Amino acid sequence: MGTRLRDMIRAVRACKTAAEERGVIAKECANLRNSFKENDQDYRHRNVAKLMFIHMLGYPTHFGQMECLKLIASGGFPEKRIGYLGLMLLLDERQEVLMLVTNSLKNDLNHGNQFIAGLALCALGNICSAEMARDLAPEVEKLLHNNNSYIRKKAALCSVRIVRKVPDLVEYFTNPAVGLLTDKHHGVLIAGVKLCTELCQGSEAALEQMRKQVQTLVRILKNLVVSGYAPEYDVGGITDPFLQIRILRLLRLVGRGDPDSSDVMSDILAQVATNTEGNKNAGNAILYECVLTIMAIEGIGGLRVLAINILGRFLANRDNNIRYVALNTLVKVVSVDTQAVQRHRTTIVECVKDSDVSIRRRALELVYALVNETNVKTLTKELLEYLKVSDPEFKADLTAKICSLVQKFAPNKQWYIDQMILVMAEPGNHVREEVLRTLIVVISNAPELHGYTVRSLFRTMQHWNGQESLAQVTVWCIGEYGEMLVNHLNELEGEEPLTVTESDAVDVIETVMKDVRSSSNTQAFALTALLKLSSRFPSNTQRIKDMIKPHKGSLILELQQRSIEFGAILNRHENIKATLVERMPVLDEATYNSKKADGAGMALPSDTKRATPVGGPDILANGGPKPETTNTLIDLLNLDADETPAHEPRKSAGDHLLSLLGADPLASQNASTNPDNVLMDILSLGSPAPTTGPSSSTSLFPPAAADPFGGSLLDVAAPAAPVDPFGASLAPATGTAPRKTSLLDELDVSSTVPQPPRKASLLDDLGPTIPNANNSLLDGLDSAPIVPATSAYPTIVALQSSGLKVLFDFIKPPGNPQSTTIKASYINLSSNPYTDFIFQAAVPKFLQLQLEPASGSVLPASGGGLITQSINLTNTMHGQKSLLMKLRIIYKINGQDKVEQGQVSNFPQGL
Amino acid sequence: MIRFILLQNRQGKTRLAKYYVPLEDSEKHKLEYEVHRLVVNRDPKFTNFVEFRTHKVIYRRYAGLFFSMCVDITDNELAYLESIHLFVEILDHFFSNVCELDLVFNFHKVYLILDEFILAGELQETSKKAIIERMSELERQE
Repeated sequence: MGTRLRDMIRAVRACKTAAEERGVIAKECANLRNSFKENDQDYRHRNVAKLMFIHMLGYPTHFGQMECLKLIASGGFPEKRIGYLGLMLLLDERQEVLMLVTNSLKNDLNHGNQFIAGLALCALGNICSAEMARDLAPEVEKLLHNNNSYIRKKAALCSVRIVRKVPDLVEYFTNPAVGLLTDKHHGVLIAGVKLCTELCQGSEAALEQMRKQVQTLVRILKNLVVSGYAPEYDVGGITDPFLQIRILRLLRLVGRGDPDSSDVMSDILAQVATNTEGNKNAGNAILYECVLTIMAIEGIGGLRVLAINILGRFLANRDNNIRYVALNTLVKVVSVDTQAVQRHRTTIVECVKDSDVSIRRRALELVYALVNETNVKTLTKELLEYLKVSDPEFKADLTAKICSLVQKFAPNKQWYIDQMILVMAEPGNHVREEVLRTLIVVISNAPELHGYTVRSLFRTMQHWNGQESLAQVTVWCIGEYGEMLVNHLNELEGEEPLTVTESDAVDVIETVMKDVRSSSNTQAFALTALLKLSSRFPSNTQRIKDMIKPHKGSLILELQQRSIEFGAILNRHENIKATLVERMPVLDEATYNSKKADGAGMALPSDTKRATPVGGPDILANGGPKPETTNTLIDLLNLDADETPAHEPRKSAGDHLLSLLGADPLASQNASTNPDNVLMDILSLGSPAPTTGPSSSTSLFPPAAADPFGGSLLDVAAPAAPVDPFGASLAPATGTAPRKTSLLDELDVSSTVPQPPRKASLLDDLGPTIPNANNSLLDGLDSAPIVPATSAYPTIVALQSSGLKVLFDFIKPPGNPQSTTIKASYINLSSNPYTDFIFQAAVPKFLQLQLEPASGSVLPASGGGLITQSINLTNTMHGQKSLLMKLRIIYKINGQDKVEQGQVSNFPQGL
Repeated sequence: MIRFILLQNRQGKTRLAKYYVPLEDSEKHKLEYEVHRLVVNRDPKFTNFVEFRTHKVIYRRYAGLFFSMCVDITDNELAYLESIHLFVEILDHFFSNVCELDLVFNFHKVYLILDEFILAGELQETSKKAIIERMSELERQE
């Protein structure tokens, strides 16, 4: 017969261990199963109640789900009540069993007894599925007009759920919902206003209709505000704050973007904002909602001031909850009225130091939004001070924010460098790689600060405690500007004098190398720096050799490779060493910045433009015929050794280097013996332009040049090097476009008659006409293996309109015939730049599509640059069906939205 | 809207769990565990709001019991805080001086009260008197 519910609960509570509890539950479950099997009617509702308790303890209970349905189907109220309760607890909308209850629900909704109808509405509102919602919507809609307020309010909230599940039913409920707004009963009003809000969020038409009801809403709110004491709905002296909040929220939706309604509601908003008492939580909740509404509706200056003042009061409140919502709201408001928020800056900064993480997070976000050129110094100082004492888990966030602020608003470079050193000196490794990279670019671009920077870093490094970022930057700078440590070059006014010997500088690198905390990346940095120092500090050469040597046996390939290569340079190639380890050319800041802004870092208009005038004419002057140029390229890539024209390898310094690099010596056919050009030759991959200046090499190899850590020249020439610090991670990130463009540029120019420098990227002229081998060859350049991915597919024009051209190149990764990588390039043919450029694609079911982030969202005018994007496709029906894709491209011209669509069905066969 | 409501004691035992979104049982247990961990060690001076995954939890402690509501990130925190208090007042009234044991032994009643107070993840009735009266009417039906 089993025990009573109460006894079972007692038995469970009496258990001392989890095992004991499991025993009790197992016994109880066995009893329940038996009793369910016997179809015991008398105790069914008690059994289901027990089951619910067992469920709450976390034990499986699905064996009892059917019992709930049986209870619901039975006639009496007590059975139904437990049945519905069990249904809501033990089942949810995803279970098939739930469908069985639809009919019972329908009957109960139409039941004459209000309590039973209420139960059904409650269950429906809490767990109905989309199908049930659709089936039962007419019943629920009918109940919205029921003369019992209890039923009406439940039906209204039930409709909320139905509309959420089936958004197309919005229209069906709009009229009855508006009807609810005139209801006298508070409960119905609350539910009705909620329903209206839900409808407005889902449909523009409903919103329009609701705008006609502004007066009604205002009147309800007014009644609440001016009415006297209403004991039933009173919370801390305020009449039904919940209803007030609901109405304010609906007003927000209605007033947003509609000056007329905003105007109608402004009086009552002002009244709520001024008359609501802010000494209790309920009052503050209303004020908070009111502020949000004021800030969202169409601007009324006076009201906004009022709202910001309320937030100011909140901020000064001692209650943390209130301060939290104030910060939260100020974050949203700051874009509307920065000045007003600035006034509370000191308070906000204090909040960053609060002990409560919720407050800290909000405050930090707000500070971040508040910083500008004028206050960056003070705020950064505050934040830096706080960084020293903040919780470890908060540091990463804070560091990232400080770095980005410093970067964005630095008044001058020296200050920027100073702050970055301070941040890096903080314990823990929270400075992100790209931040370091930016720092290096900035340092490299400030020749007058080279000395200062390296000395400051050296000084900071004396208290080094394993901070990786600091070590990397310091090692890099010492490698590049080490001599300035010793010779006090470019000493700034007021700079503390520092006496360093050459061996002190090497000491620093040694410390880093020997430290167990240094990662292999840092070690690789150190090796390169040592190589550089060997020529800056000739007296230390022997020591440097000794330091490089141990890594010859390193288990990390990159370190081993560097060590061996550098060792060879030091021992055998003294004559070219000085040239090799020259200071890095100044890293192109503009390129780097725009690359960064582009996200993935792709083709840059400035880059292309600069490349053409320099590279173009030079190449023409040197005028190698096309086949030869191509061959050289191929040689370099070790693609087609057989076809190389025979050349007597010249024993120039460059050859050594190249053979060292494993590249074909033929590539150096143009390498002159002038050691100055050795570097250029390597960099320019056998470009027949020995006179080309450094900027040309930069443009030919933007990724390498922009990579501040390409300090090891060898990495530049050996793109397959796996662990080049930053270089490796940068290489894939700085996508294909710049290289492809500029190289193609060259091929094309050298093969044709002289042309005036072009503005546009040549890629679009080349498009489909250029022999395909070039494309695949060049595509191969950026993938890590030297052998390019095999591809025999021509470039196609996927979409062409008057203003836009979309090209697709295809790469077929070897080994997987199903997948294809499409390199899409977008070219603007009109004379206006496109902004907010978004590319969307849809494919049939047998294809799987994955869009990589685009290289940018701004497309300069007249083909002055392009956006590229990789699309990975997997054709699950490879060989049976060919590719098919629909495109949609959205962008803005002069702020106006434009959409272009098209279908691509001209994919090459066999993809 | 309210995603779920939890009532837990300091040891993390769930005394009431009401979900307005469908979740797997295992996911529910994980949530309950996480929410408990999140709120149990917070200083009473701290805010009653904690960001939780993509939502936020509004919680309030009454003696050894934590009442937590998980709501949308754009919802009015203060209002939900107030509604937790209203719920507690209703319970207090119904059980006349409620304690944890009342909630354990009458857990089904607590669910019924909650169903009168919140429906479909939205506040349904804000009058304490109306709910108490309703409950006694329902009791009479038994």
